[in-house]
Amino acid sequence: MTQVLINGFYLGAQYALVALGLTLIFALMNVLNFAHGQMYVLGGFITYAVYAQAGLPFVVALIASGLTLGVIGALIEKFLFRPVIRRSVRDESTMLLAAAIAFFFDAVILLVFGEKQRGVPKILNGVFVSGPLIMPYDRILVGVLAIALIAGFMLFMQYSKPGRAMRALAQDRMAAQLMGVNVDRYSMIGFALGAMLAGLTGGLLVAITGVNSGIGGAVSIKAFTMVMIGGAGVVGGAIAGGFILGMLESVGLTVLRSYGDVTYLVIFAALMVFLSIRPHGLMGKPWG
Amino acid sequence: MSQLQNLRLARASVFLLIVFVIVPWAIAAGGRNDLYYTLTSVALLSIASAGVWLTFYIGRINIGQGAYALMGGYVSAILVVQYGVSFWLTLPLAGLFCAAISVLIGLPILRLRGVYFAMVTLVLTEVTRLSALALPITNGAKGMVSIPLPGPIGFGGFDLVPGFATLKTPNMAFYYLSMLLMCLCFAAMYRLVHSRIGRLCQSLQQNEELASSIGVNITLLRIIAYAISSFLGGLSGAIFVGIAQSIYPSSFTVNDSVNFMLNCFLGGLGYVFGPILGTFVLYFGWDLLFQAGPYQLLIFSSLLILFMLVLPNGLLSLNPFARRKA
Repeated sequence: MTQVLINGFYLGAQYALVALGLTLIFALMNVLNFAHGQMYVLGGFITYAVYAQAGLPFVVALIASGLTLGVIGALIEKFLFRPVIRRSVRDESTMLLAAAIAFFFDAVILLVFGEKQRGVPKILNGVFVSGPLIMPYDRILVGVLAIALIAGFMLFMQYSKPGRAMRALAQDRMAAQLMGVNVDRYSMIGFALGAMLAGLTGGLLVAITGVNSGIGGAVSIKAFTMVMIGGAGVVGGAIAGGFILGMLESVGLTVLRSYGDVTYLVIFAALMVFLSIRPHGLMGKPWG
Repeated sequence: MSQLQNLRLARASVFLLIVFVIVPWAIAAGGRNDLYYTLTSVALLSIASAGVWLTFYIGRINIGQGAYALMGGYVSAILVVQYGVSFWLTLPLAGLFCAAISVLIGLPILRLRGVYFAMVTLVLTEVTRLSALALPITNGAKGMVSIPLPGPIGFGGFDLVPGFATLKTPNMAFYYLSMLLMCLCFAAMYRLVHSRIGRLCQSLQQNEELASSIGVNITLLRIIAYAISSFLGGLSGAIFVGIAQSIYPSSFTVNDSVNFMLNCFLGGLGYVFGPILGTFVLYFGWDLLFQAGPYQLLIFSSLLILFMLVLPNGLLSLNPFARRKA
């Protein structure tokens, strides 16, 4: 059971990173980023290209993934979301845009990287064994990196000037604007940061599970689930949601194994019951 | 009759004439029988999209129509195959089953708003697919195949509608069936939107608290709208099964749910007939781009993005005849 819990914790750290980016984008712009899973996949493929194909160190590959996705995110916000939000009658219109961007990324990834499952050489060899507990070193490293990233992100949001500005924006856009926060600039930074987190997670995970072009949609659905558990637009909620989903998945796969492939069915059903009792998730503001 | 009513009547008759006379004639003249299938799909998808549109009309983003289409399909398939019920009878039954389920699911989740509702309905699509995989009655991933074509309808030996299996071109029969249903569905939608209930729904879209404070029973209205929406989803799913003669858990997935939503956006959320146009353009656009081979999705998505930049309020916002309803 310890093994199961450790696995859940490790999964949760990954998931929390994905959910953080999604919730950040939602909090700042009220946009449900359908393309989040695709951004994750793209990050994975960039790490694959830099680390496995070009043979550069893993850290360089990771930084390349983060930076590329950050730039892409900033451009998407500036040239696509901003004009559409300004001109459309109903703010749901951004969902069509987000879905179209998701399709676009899918197409680009498929054309550039092909449909094969891609993996990279192990970043660390060896396995950590302690009694019944077995954990490969590379998983430990990735888990630690993920937690470090989460901590870094929290510190950034808490203490830096852009972090404070973004929290103010998330709280009350109008009031933040009146206090002199440059709304356009920080929306862009926020979107870039969210995309960057997705890319970094993709890059981290390619070292463990590999990546293929078809998983973007599934990753998005998982990210939505986590955000719903924790509450949309709340940083703490996304982290909680990530760890909870990771734990549920790990425990569920073990406990429900004899019933076939029903873990996610049970999780989703439980989620719907949970949401009917607590519509805004664990920590969300009512009505987002 | 006022001039406006005359104009509307004229437009409706032109549309009916095109759909039921000119298109079949053109297809027969051009020998393109495959177009029947394409147009049937457009009609059925637009029925399902009309449901999504109605939930948009009460201010909810519905990405769960694929779930009801799948449920409707399975209800029809199971009734036809395992209980020998007539296909025609399964159509309303599938719709009603979906409506009943949607009331049960809707009671808790319709309290959610905005992205919360959107995400829950998205998850609902996934739940339905996983249930179809896990439940014994649906035959799991193997799906249900070789479902018989619809039989005849008639009284005392006289067939009003012949059995589809006896026809040379069942596709044409399905074309007429689905176009007829599409016209009925959108006529009903038009009526609904311009009725008292329609106005009340619009008040929900604008401000639920305000509507509720004036005495509108918002819970009831939301449930009604969602049930109608799911009924349409189930109906179109059931007919799809009739055409394809098979159904799998992957027949309707998250992608389909998203597409139903896109159809509504593309046509324009403020217009009743938006879903028809949106579905038509999206479906044919996708088909035409087939020539582009591997670049199909790339071009398609680029066009969608471009479209959003130019016309964020839908295709019908171009139409000089359409009156704004918002």
